[in-house]
Amino acid sequence: MDFNFTDEQTMVRDSLSRLVRENYDFETRRAAIESKSGWRPEIWAQLAELGLLGMPFAEADGGFAGGAIDSMIVMEEFGQGLVVEPYVPTVVCAGGFFKHAGTDAQKAEHIGGIVDGSRVYAFAHAEPRGRYDFADLETTAKGDGDGYVLNGHKAVVIAAPWASHLIVTARTSGDRRDRDGVSIFVVEKSADGVVTRDYPTVDGRRASEVYLENVAVSADALIGEEGKALPLIELVTDEAIAALCAEACGAMKVAHAMTVEYSRQRKQFGTPIGKFQVLQHRMVDMFTEYEQSVSMTYLATLKLGEGETERKEAVSAAKVRIGQAAHHIGQEAIQIHGGMGMTDELAIGHYFKRLTIFDSEFGNIDHHMKRHIALSADR
Amino acid sequence: MNLEFSPEEVAFRDEVRAFIDANYPKQASGSGLRDDMPPEDLTAWHKILGEKGWSTPAWPTEYGGTGWTPTQRYIWSEENARVNAIMPLPFGVSMVGPVIYTFGSDAQKEEHLPGIRSGDVWWCQGYSEPGAGSDLASLQTTAVRDGDHYVINGQKTWTTLAQHADWGFFLCRTDPDAAKPQEGISFILVDMKTPGIEVRPIKLIDGGYEVNETWLTDVRVPVENRVGEENKGWTYAKFLLAHERSGIAGVARSKRGVEQLRDIAKSETLDGEPLISDFDFARKVSQLEIDLAALEITELRTLAGEQAGKGPGPESSILKIKGTEIQQRLTELTLEAVGHYGTPYYQSIADAGSNEYPIGPDYARHSAATYFNMRKTSIYGGSNEIQRNIITKMILGL
Repeated sequence: MDFNFTDEQTMVRDSLSRLVRENYDFETRRAAIESKSGWRPEIWAQLAELGLLGMPFAEADGGFAGGAIDSMIVMEEFGQGLVVEPYVPTVVCAGGFFKHAGTDAQKAEHIGGIVDGSRVYAFAHAEPRGRYDFADLETTAKGDGDGYVLNGHKAVVIAAPWASHLIVTARTSGDRRDRDGVSIFVVEKSADGVVTRDYPTVDGRRASEVYLENVAVSADALIGEEGKALPLIELVTDEAIAALCAEACGAMKVAHAMTVEYSRQRKQFGTPIGKFQVLQHRMVDMFTEYEQSVSMTYLATLKLGEGETERKEAVSAAKVRIGQAAHHIGQEAIQIHGGMGMTDELAIGHYFKRLTIFDSEFGNIDHHMKRHIALSADR
Repeated sequence: MNLEFSPEEVAFRDEVRAFIDANYPKQASGSGLRDDMPPEDLTAWHKILGEKGWSTPAWPTEYGGTGWTPTQRYIWSEENARVNAIMPLPFGVSMVGPVIYTFGSDAQKEEHLPGIRSGDVWWCQGYSEPGAGSDLASLQTTAVRDGDHYVINGQKTWTTLAQHADWGFFLCRTDPDAAKPQEGISFILVDMKTPGIEVRPIKLIDGGYEVNETWLTDVRVPVENRVGEENKGWTYAKFLLAHERSGIAGVARSKRGVEQLRDIAKSETLDGEPLISDFDFARKVSQLEIDLAALEITELRTLAGEQAGKGPGPESSILKIKGTEIQQRLTELTLEAVGHYGTPYYQSIADAGSNEYPIGPDYARHSAATYFNMRKTSIYGGSNEIQRNIITKMILGL
């Protein structure tokens, strides 16, 4: 049992922490998310230069032989700075699919493009009527000669406006919600028939509605086995959840620290409000929620390599617990900031918004509670 | 970073598991500690561990500790929880023992540590008073010097299991004129057979008698029974409280309790189905398990910090708050699970040895009493509100 980071991991954390501190201050971020493109490609290039986009990949695939712990470290720092650049969609999700199920040719092409920063991927899994069920798909992929033709509507595809490629889930056989018959494809966003409607998200990112209108792809667009992708999707999204949990921890840490600091400065009734016991205890409860969240992030991350049941149970437990903590800390932070917490000018509101949206990514509290109940029923 | 046990730790787990299975006393097995058990059952395991040299694992080896790593101590508590073991009571092993080996004289170490290790000497804690609960420093019991003796007068309360105690450690005011209430307190060891001590049981809401009022009237105690310096007792008292908190999370015990809760919920039925398949109930069990998982990793992180040389710090207040909340929710859910059979007042129903049919399933017998009893956990050891004050000061810096 060991909770220490290796020297390399500590170095990664320190260099990324410096990058975020020096180049990603709140006002710079605010200008970036309000700009036309909504992100900072030069930051992405810097991340590639530092080797951060290649960490979780094997050396044979052009990576640096790290793993989920490295992604955890990266996302914790991203959370502290509310970094919007698409590490989870590109490195964890797309990278995960290629890493686990890609052919040698797919790995060479796509992982190579991720590691050097030249390609950005978005993961188009959600649909307007599918909620959090990855198998509840109306999008179809029909065999056509050597390839496939895709049709459907993908909802709220995070980072799609910045992406060069989309990872698309589609049904190749069976009925809506069948576990069998789900397949994954990589699609160039510039392909004929891909129509996107781009928009900002409430937490400072960008997303698209993606319409696939008779999009023809070749056979090598299929990742893994046709119709058997659901377990792979569950694995990769569990890895994504662990990374998002780390991001939430970073954001909660800062939201809590900002709140404590504000309570020291803000005076009412002639005294700093941080002297009021009723607020002190609420800030202690925020801190306790944060510490429990760090623990759950470790648990989820360290269980990713275990068997399916153990992995899913740990990840769902973490998503539930941190979803609750994220709401709690976000709401309390706004309350203790008072009216100032309602203003766009203060950073705290932006942390609150990111922590709010965390819950709905890859299944909310209720969804993961149900999965936990189903898995623990056999115990 | 990893959560796995090393091969050495796996071997250690197998060793202690085999020892527990072979040696845990039969008469003490069952549903854990209860105050109506014969006192010798409460110390039976302690005495066996004392002979084995395993009764005080966390102590420094020079005083009889096992030298186990924090991870090994975690394994030890897990394995004991498997059999619902009644562990050595904390008053000697976790409270006064560390105070004596840290601040006591050589004579005190020689006199008291062996009896704590062996389990032959039963200790009780004289801290709280009727007017001094969370505000412990306002205590009024006095110890006045009279030659080679202190003469102690006052009233202590909540003295757990003092009805069986051989010795007690008492906080007494030795300087009534001290500038601050925390100053002028001394930490004194008292032989409970000394004339002038009267222990009166207090009946609690669970129907049991685990705590007492302890009256001290002109109790003469040799000055050499004072631990450390006169008027510096508050320092030792706080040191003791930090030690008390570190084991208070009760993670291993709660894990065992959740297993038992699941078993009960499989036996009980609702709409003809096992209670555990009811979504509303299952959701509460899962939430409890999830919170317990978070607490467990938090405790392991704290242990890892200790392994790296950090003593129990203010983080132990988090373990206390979350651990006791979970113990309370667990017992509340267990009472909820047994349904109607939480209602009978089993202590007043004498069916042992009678020919009557037993009332209700076995697992229901202690459910209400345990739920009532566990309300104490967020009050004792520094109430959970006091723990929040500690975190406010020590971690938030407010």
